[in-house]
Amino acid sequence: MSTHLPDAEALCVALAEAMRPHVDPAATALVGIHTGGVWVAERLHAALGLKIPPGSINVSFYRDDYNQRGLHANAKTSQIPFDVEGAHIVIVDDVLYTGRTIRAAMNELFDYGRPAKIDLAVLTDRGGRELPIAPSFCPHSLTLPADQMLALERAADGGLSFRVIKE
Amino acid sequence: MQKSPQLNSHGELQHLLTIEGLPRDVLTRILDTAAPFSEVAEREVKKVPLLRGKSVFNLFFENSTRTRTTFEIAAKRLSADVINLNINTSSANKGETLLDTADNLAAMQADMFVVRHASSGAPFLIAQHMAATGRDHIHVVNAGDGRHAHPTQGLLDMYTIRHYKTDFTQLTIAIVGDVLHSRVARSQIHALTTLGVPEVRVIAPKTLLPTGIERLGVRVFHDMREGLRGVDVIMMLRLQNERMQGALLPSTQEYFKSYGLTPEKLALAKPDAIVMHPGPMNRGVEIDSAVADGGQAVILPQVTFGIAVRMAVMAMLAGN
Repeated sequence: MSTHLPDAEALCVALAEAMRPHVDPAATALVGIHTGGVWVAERLHAALGLKIPPGSINVSFYRDDYNQRGLHANAKTSQIPFDVEGAHIVIVDDVLYTGRTIRAAMNELFDYGRPAKIDLAVLTDRGGRELPIAPSFCPHSLTLPADQMLALERAADGGLSFRVIKE
Repeated sequence: MQKSPQLNSHGELQHLLTIEGLPRDVLTRILDTAAPFSEVAEREVKKVPLLRGKSVFNLFFENSTRTRTTFEIAAKRLSADVINLNINTSSANKGETLLDTADNLAAMQADMFVVRHASSGAPFLIAQHMAATGRDHIHVVNAGDGRHAHPTQGLLDMYTIRHYKTDFTQLTIAIVGDVLHSRVARSQIHALTTLGVPEVRVIAPKTLLPTGIERLGVRVFHDMREGLRGVDVIMMLRLQNERMQGALLPSTQEYFKSYGLTPEKLALAKPDAIVMHPGPMNRGVEIDSAVADGGQAVILPQVTFGIAVRMAVMAMLAGN
């Protein structure tokens, strides 16, 4: 099973190369979605040599399934260390699935201001979209059954890898 | 073991009525959940959509500007619709009972009641009534009942202590003043002992201490200078003038001399000790202005943290 999983480290490199022609190191800002997206955003920030420090977003206050799932303790704070007004922002996540997390992240960003442009960068697209959302940069795709979750993990040494969790 | 009426069958918070009996992990979860909410206030749009479309009724049978306002701000920052009812000027004066008032508001599709009442147990009564009549989806938050409890004040105090002092298990904490009439003190003591504070002291004259307070796991001091020695946190209580019945104290000046927090008494605590007060303060009665406005006071941050803590409580309840 694990042999079918993509190499997360290689995908980080490929994603950075796909983005490079489209980012301005002095003006483009990254926002990673907790938790996996924040790790990927850190990699991209270093690889692309961006000047603006990366932001992070915890979308749990904006999720549309709050009434079913409730609010779980999550000490992760959204931190946007730059002015969103008029900015070019790339939302970064590990896996693109239904699109609901991305919608929540965009709603949240607009509560900080009106960005000039938002792009979406993900390591992989696993299909199963429920909203009309498409990635701007995505070096990989795969198809997974609905009862499986693809999760990014970070080892103690900082290495990133994918794991499949069966529900 | 008897199930806490505040927890649902999954052990999740259904109502917040008192800190007494809440497990440590539930307290910690509330404090953890409050942290990200404190950042919402720094945004361009100080709002998140968690309680959009929910109706929160602030039922205040007893006056309190600050508590009502912070609950109102917290609910509004969660995008709820907030209805404030000051009932001492309303139907209760026309003879309507507490539960009739609650029933009427429930019939207006209330989702949450925030209740302040002069009688201990009033919020519990409403929560019990809602459960008994199959309206479990309505949540109740105790915003202070009689001498019993003021759980969100206790929680915001814990949040404040954790913010400045990090580890509860290393602290010596003194609660000073009118413990007898204070629901805040009861909530603080339950929270501190549950979170593992090894030494909780109460400092007060005998006339302002309930009998048997030691059974809550506190050390009693009647001499303030002795009690403040080496403490990390000083939690002042308000001298509840309006609750005083009979001659419990000779005079407020006399009280200030023995139990007012002055710079000279503060110097007996650890040099980095913080000073807290739930407000409103009686300057020159329980606290000297030089302390209240000094560098060790965290009284205004308490107010700010209170909004985040109340947001966390309401968001957790509404999601359970």
